[in-house]
Amino acid sequence: MSASPTPTTPRSFQEIILRLQEYWASKGCAVLQPYDMEVGAGTFHPATTLRALGSKPWAAAYVQPSRRPTDGRYGDSPNRLQHYYQYQVIIKPSPPDLQELYLGSLRAIGIDMDLHDIRFVEDDWESPTLGAWGLGWEVWCDGMEVSQFTYFQQVGGHDCQPVSGELTYGLERLAMYVLGVDHVMDMPFNAPDALIPLSYGDVFREAEAQYARWNFDVANTEALLQHFVDAEAECAAILALPAEDPKTGRRIVMAQPAYDQCIKASHIFNLLDARGVISVTERQAYIGRVRALAKACADAFVQTQAGGWQPQEA
Amino acid sequence: MPDLLLELFSEEIPARMQARAAADLQKRVTDGLVEAGLTYSGAVAHVTPRRLVLSVNGLTAESPNTREERKGPRVDAPEKALEGFLRSTGLAKDQLEARDDKKGQVWFAVIEKPGRPAAEIIAELVPDVVRNFPWPKSMRWGAGSLRWVRPLHTILCILTDEAGAEVVPFSVDTITSGDTTRGHRFMAPDAFSVTSFEDYAAKLKRAHVVLEAAERADAIWNDATNQAFAAGLEVVDDKGLLAEVAGLVEWPVVLMGEIAEDFLDLPPEVLQTSMKEHQKFFSVRNGATGRIERFVTVANRETADQGATILAGNAKVLSARLADAKFFWENDLRVATSDINTWVQSLDNVTFHNKLGSQLERIERIKALAGEIAPSVGADAETAATAAGVAKADLSSEMVYEFPELQGLMGRYYATHAGLPAEVAAVCEEHYAPLGPSDDVPTAPVSVAVALADKIDLLTGFWAIEEKPTGSKDPFALRRAALGVIRLVLENGARMNLSEVLAKGYPGADVADLLSFIYDRLKVYLRDQGIRHDVIDACLAMPGADDLALLVARARALNDVLATEDGENLVQGFKRASNILSQAEAADGVEYSFGADVKFAEMDEEKALFAALTTAEGAISPAIEAEDFAGAMGAMAQLRGPVDAFFDAVQVNAESEILRRNRLNLLSQIRTICSQVADLTKLTG
Repeated sequence: MSASPTPTTPRSFQEIILRLQEYWASKGCAVLQPYDMEVGAGTFHPATTLRALGSKPWAAAYVQPSRRPTDGRYGDSPNRLQHYYQYQVIIKPSPPDLQELYLGSLRAIGIDMDLHDIRFVEDDWESPTLGAWGLGWEVWCDGMEVSQFTYFQQVGGHDCQPVSGELTYGLERLAMYVLGVDHVMDMPFNAPDALIPLSYGDVFREAEAQYARWNFDVANTEALLQHFVDAEAECAAILALPAEDPKTGRRIVMAQPAYDQCIKASHIFNLLDARGVISVTERQAYIGRVRALAKACADAFVQTQAGGWQPQEA
Repeated sequence: MPDLLLELFSEEIPARMQARAAADLQKRVTDGLVEAGLTYSGAVAHVTPRRLVLSVNGLTAESPNTREERKGPRVDAPEKALEGFLRSTGLAKDQLEARDDKKGQVWFAVIEKPGRPAAEIIAELVPDVVRNFPWPKSMRWGAGSLRWVRPLHTILCILTDEAGAEVVPFSVDTITSGDTTRGHRFMAPDAFSVTSFEDYAAKLKRAHVVLEAAERADAIWNDATNQAFAAGLEVVDDKGLLAEVAGLVEWPVVLMGEIAEDFLDLPPEVLQTSMKEHQKFFSVRNGATGRIERFVTVANRETADQGATILAGNAKVLSARLADAKFFWENDLRVATSDINTWVQSLDNVTFHNKLGSQLERIERIKALAGEIAPSVGADAETAATAAGVAKADLSSEMVYEFPELQGLMGRYYATHAGLPAEVAAVCEEHYAPLGPSDDVPTAPVSVAVALADKIDLLTGFWAIEEKPTGSKDPFALRRAALGVIRLVLENGARMNLSEVLAKGYPGADVADLLSFIYDRLKVYLRDQGIRHDVIDACLAMPGADDLALLVARARALNDVLATEDGENLVQGFKRASNILSQAEAADGVEYSFGADVKFAEMDEEKALFAALTTAEGAISPAIEAEDFAGAMGAMAQLRGPVDAFFDAVQVNAESEILRRNRLNLLSQIRTICSQVADLTKLTG
């Protein structure tokens, strides 16, 4: 509610990211780095998917490069990319003033609440591959969706107790709006008066074309199909082992290595989808297989201390 | 007489749930008040995106004292019985009274409940209503266990009378009731306290919140139509969108903007759908040209720049959306004009149902079937097959992928651009119809043929793989398809043998079972038109019942004749004749079916019946032959007088065996003649 002074308008994509990092750090979030694997959305980062489970409080914010192979447009589309950035905030339990905190982040990146029309429009979130769902909104700024706002209810088939509040900003779209840019490739990545000014296109245009070609026409589908099966098997094998490590004698539930395999399988599925080798009926079956992995990993995570497991008192 | 004000203040409530929630709040609270013994003179509920509000006025200040007497076991009854009685009354033994009864001394319990203040009742009731509120979807938040549609922040609950306002004290989890609320999220976010509903509504308005949804909707509509009118344009009516938009704002501000020239040539439906679905904009039309030229968006606030920034932002988002739509439209037109069949061929990669093959295979089946059906609906078989072949081409188009609700309509545009004849292009749009009981039925013969083929393929296909509707489950909308077949046939007066047509559908379907499913839908459909289901049963038993037009013509005629006194009485006479006959036939072990001879007729009434039956026979048979069911039924109704007179005067079971047999055979003539018209034994009552 405080009438904070209207911040200046940022001048570049990276300035928006830096301001979000600074803002959420000031609100007590651990500012994490992106997860080092290919994911379809920031939610896949274990800092969200796994940490939303169990009773331990948690607060994190991070940028997550995300890949959606089917959205590739060879760098031509003004707003569609197969590789893009999401900014993700997760706080457990969700604080009562999460909406106000969120609006504060929009002010921090230069959106003047007195001139714009911000709306919370119903949008329930569901991830069939993660066996997860939540209720919330898409947040509109002057009719444009700038974020997803979700209260997680279930992840990996487990009820979230307490509930995490999750915010996801589509960074390119939000930045294009704030910076007044019509084509994503024209967006200044760093400051326009930097020693070497770089646009988003300077950084990504060619890569977008390269990946679009590979995703749509080149990726070896036989190898990918095999990788999918391998990831699935590895995940199951990891989780089948007893918790006690025979070498150290310690209790080590390998939830996160197993979850890595789930992430892999999910991304391979997205690639196969882009290659057009998955029929409509098979689609559901593949999604079900990834969901089964996500559920098994969630089951394992709640057996770790981060997931709320506590050693029995002797 | 105090007034109650209750406000449940939360994060944004989905627009589609608001109206129902207001009604539920009103019902649950007022029911609870009445159940607790309070009365009230009026109640009204309101809802905005952030608050559910109930105002109850003229509430009684407390519930009345009640006194109830309950009779228990006899004083000398076993201890067990007394224990049970004490448990059920909540009293101790020394609180009971022993009274004399006819059978000796009996325990009586007098339970007196003092009245309770309204505040106490409300303090119990509201938390209960909140915890059990019937949201279609609810959620938890934070570390609590309370469920609400979105996080619930505050509860305002006050009772106001001449002495002033008092908070009704209670808590629900961590929320404690109070007398404060907040205004508009951005324009007046500070908390303020209120003392009555009038005070609340007035202060809210000052705090930029219009409490009444209807007032918000009216304001939006009036402002939108005025702005459009000033520009010589009109707003496209859309009640659903208006209600939704009124549920997204507490302080509506209507802004009208222009659609960039580039997009004005898109089909108006595309503009309208894109603007409505993605942006919740109203379309503003040029009445003279029918073109959509502007949009109306509804903001939730006033700004220092009169909405200029908001409007510019919205226009920009719209341009991006419409650029997508234009991109789809132009790509689609390229395909449509070069070879629209490439779309059809690519449907081979789209599964319709894993047991029923691809969309292309389905199209091939519909093509063949449409050709078969065409002659019976007056369409050219080849044109029908051609039309069926392209009817679903647009399912491969980018526009329909993006906006599935435009299927069919886009097909019509694309087929037209592909240079196909107008009647073929129309099929793309019309073959889906009718989609519901009130949707228009196509009348163009080619459209009728393909629409029928489409639905019959669907029905026979799912019948063949045993995926029939069960109870409330009908995932493939087969009931709708069956009703579609019925309405297409009846409203176009199409004559066809339905079981033969069904047999040409997907192989392996149990046609008899499917037909009886269609008959069940027909009964529901005709019942809504006032035709009794037993009347339909009576006609279903007749030959040619799988010609729906004939069946329904017969049913209507029968229904009409049954509404006349003669008709109704004749049916009674028929039943009497039929009962006497069946009893006699059962007793004698023979069938009385012919050989009645007027020369054995003794009485005048008997002779008159002979004569009347001959006349009726002469009229009914040719009328049936000519499908003149009204004529046939009329002739049958003429029998009422002679039949009634016969039964009044003549004893069928005469002593003379010759007379008896002759009269039974006469009765069998009644049965035979009437049974040409319908199976009257199926009629109830």
